[in-house]
Amino acid sequence: MAVSADPVTGRTRPAPGARDYLRLAWQRVRGGESGVLPVVGGLLLVSVIFQSLNDAFLTPGNLVNLLVQAAVFALLSMAEVFVLLLGEIDLSVGFVAGIAAVVVAWLARPQLGWPWWAAILAALAATALIGLLHGTLITRIGLPSFVVTLAGLLFWQGVMLFVLGSGGAILISDEVLARITSGTLAPLVGWVVMLAVVAAFGVVVWRRDARRRDVGLTAPPVSLTVTKIAACLAGGAGLMLLANTDRGRLAPVLGLPWVVLVVLAVLVAWAYLLGRRRFGLYVYAVGGNAEAARRAGIPLARIRTVCFVLCSLTAGIAGVVYASRLRSISTSIDGGTLVLYAVAGAVIGGTSLFGGRGKMLHGVLGGLVIAAIDNGMGLLGFNAAAKYVVTAVVLIVAVTIDALTRRRRPQT
Amino acid sequence: MTANTLENPPLLRLRGVSKSFGPVRALVGVDLDVPAGAVTALAGDNGAGKSTLIKCIAGIHPVDAGEILWDGSPVSLRGPADSAALGIQTVYQDLALCDNLDIVQNMFLGRERLRRGQLDDVAMEQAATRTLADLAVTTVTSVRQSVASLSGGQRQSVAIAKAVLWESRLVVMDEPTAALGVAQTAMVLELVRTLANRGHAVLLVTHNVPNLLDVADRVAVMRQGRVVDARERARIDQRILVDLMTTGSTDREVA
Repeated sequence: MAVSADPVTGRTRPAPGARDYLRLAWQRVRGGESGVLPVVGGLLLVSVIFQSLNDAFLTPGNLVNLLVQAAVFALLSMAEVFVLLLGEIDLSVGFVAGIAAVVVAWLARPQLGWPWWAAILAALAATALIGLLHGTLITRIGLPSFVVTLAGLLFWQGVMLFVLGSGGAILISDEVLARITSGTLAPLVGWVVMLAVVAAFGVVVWRRDARRRDVGLTAPPVSLTVTKIAACLAGGAGLMLLANTDRGRLAPVLGLPWVVLVVLAVLVAWAYLLGRRRFGLYVYAVGGNAEAARRAGIPLARIRTVCFVLCSLTAGIAGVVYASRLRSISTSIDGGTLVLYAVAGAVIGGTSLFGGRGKMLHGVLGGLVIAAIDNGMGLLGFNAAAKYVVTAVVLIVAVTIDALTRRRRPQT
Repeated sequence: MTANTLENPPLLRLRGVSKSFGPVRALVGVDLDVPAGAVTALAGDNGAGKSTLIKCIAGIHPVDAGEILWDGSPVSLRGPADSAALGIQTVYQDLALCDNLDIVQNMFLGRERLRRGQLDDVAMEQAATRTLADLAVTTVTSVRQSVASLSGGQRQSVAIAKAVLWESRLVVMDEPTAALGVAQTAMVLELVRTLANRGHAVLLVTHNVPNLLDVADRVAVMRQGRVVDARERARIDQRILVDLMTTGSTDREVA
C-alpha cells in the first residue's frame, strides 16, 4: 500500500471549478512542483542583500544595465533547458555561441559587407547545423551527450581560435548589430510595445481560462485570471517606468534596450513550443520515461535531435547578442565559464538535471539571478574569485531546494 | 453471459503459433481463442511461454509459424503498430506511464487531439474525465494531477482507462495486480470485469490463482510452450488449475 492514505473509500469527485484549481495548485507546491517560487524568492533576497550593502544596486540605471547583462546568460540557460528536459546536457553552448559571434562579425565586416540580417541568419543556420551534428552523433550512434558536447566544447573553441588567430579579434562596425544591445526604444514606442504585449497576453490567458470555465473543467476563478493579467500589466508598466527614467551621466540615456525584447521573443516562442505544441509534450515524455514514450509511438531519435538543434540555435542567438554587446568577438570569450553559468542558470531557475521537469521561464529567471550576483558583487568591488564562490553557493542552495522538495514527492 | 459470448466467433484466434529463440522453443503450436466481451485468463508457471505469447500478440515478436485470425480473417503482426492498428492494446506490468506528465497527457500520449495545430487540452481533459467516470474510477481527485502522485492501483487504472479511451477491442494485461495491495487489487479486478462487460475482449496474464478464478470467464493453461488446456470458468477450480499448470493434465472434475 502507498504510504499516503489511499482514497479507496469511494470518495466521489468534487465538483470541478475554482476551489479545485486552488487546491490542485497547493498540492503541486507541496508535492515539490513549486515552479518559479524559489527562484523569484531568491531574486528578491539577492536584491535586498545587495541594495542594503550598496544603494546603487536598485537604481534604474543599474537595473537596466543588469537586464542587458542577463541577456546572454538567460539565452544560454534557455538553450540548456531543451536538453536538460531530456535528461541530457550540452557542454558546448559557450563556444557554439562563440562560433555564431564569429560568423556574424566576419560576414558583417565592411570587406564582405553582408547586411546585418543576412549575417545573423547565416550565424543561426551555422549553429543549427552544429546542433544537428551533435544530435545526430548522440542519437544515431548512441554516444553520451556529455562526451559529444565536451568534444564540441574543445572542437568549436579550436575552430574559433583558428579563424581569429592567436589573440585576434573581429570588430563589429554594423550599426544595427551594435544597437541590439546598445540601442533603445523611444519611450513612447516602448509604452506602445509593452501595452501590445500585455494585451496579447491578456487575450490569450482570458480566452484559455474562460473556455475551461465554460465547459466546467478545473479552472482558475475569474478573479485570479484578472489578477494574472493585472500583475503582467503592473510588471510591464514598472519595467517601462524604470527603462524610461534618464540613466545617463553626461548625456540623457533612456528607453528599453532592444535586447530585452529579443530575450522576451525567444522566451515566448520556446515556451509556446514546449507548452502548447505536440513537440513540447513529447520532449517532456521522452525526458520523463523514454521507454513509455517509445511504446506510445513517439520518434525518440527525432525529438532528441531536434532538441539539440534548438539548443545550439538558441546558443547562437546568445552569441549574436554577446558580440553585439562587446562590439567585437575575440579569443578572450570564456565559453567554458559561460556553459557552466548556462547550466547553473537553468538549474537555479528550477529545471531538473534529471529530465522531464523544467520550463523556459526557469532559464530566464536563473540567468537573471546569475547576472544579479555578477553585477552586485561588481558594484561592491569584489573580483572574479568572490563572484565564482557566491555563484557556486547559490547553485548548491538551488539544487538543495530541488532535492528536498523532490524527496516529498510520492515515490512509486 | 459467458455462454452467450462464446457462441460468437472469437475476436482473436491463434492456430498452431510457434516461436523459437535460437534453440529455445518458446511457443510450440499454440492454439488459443480470445472472445469479445469476456475475460480470458492465461495461466502457467514461470517460463511456460505466457510473456512470449502476449508479446507475439502485441506485435513485438513476429511469429515463426502458425496463423493469427482477427475477426475470422488472417492477419500478420510485424510490429507494435500493426497490433495497435487492429485495436490491440497491451497494458504492461511496468505500466509505461510518464511520471512527470498528468493523467490526461498520459492517456492521450501518442494520439493527442489538436485544435488549430495546438494541443486541445480541453477536449482531451473532457474525454479522459468521461472515460474514467464510465469505468467508475472515482478515486483520482483530479485528472490534472501528475501520475507520480498516484498509488499503484490508480496508476494501473489509468493504464487500463487509456486502453478503453483508444477504443481497443482487445486489452492484453500482464500481471496487472502483481504489485498491489488487497484493496487496490480488488479495484483493478473490478475494472477488468467492467472492461469485459462493456464488450472488450480481455486477455489476462497472471500468477495469482485466486484472483484469476475471481475474474475469468475462460481459463487457458500454458506449460512448456503449449496451451495444454482451455476451458470455461465453471469447469475449473483451484486444484484442477494447479494440476494443469504443473503436469499438463488432470483427471479431476469440478466437485
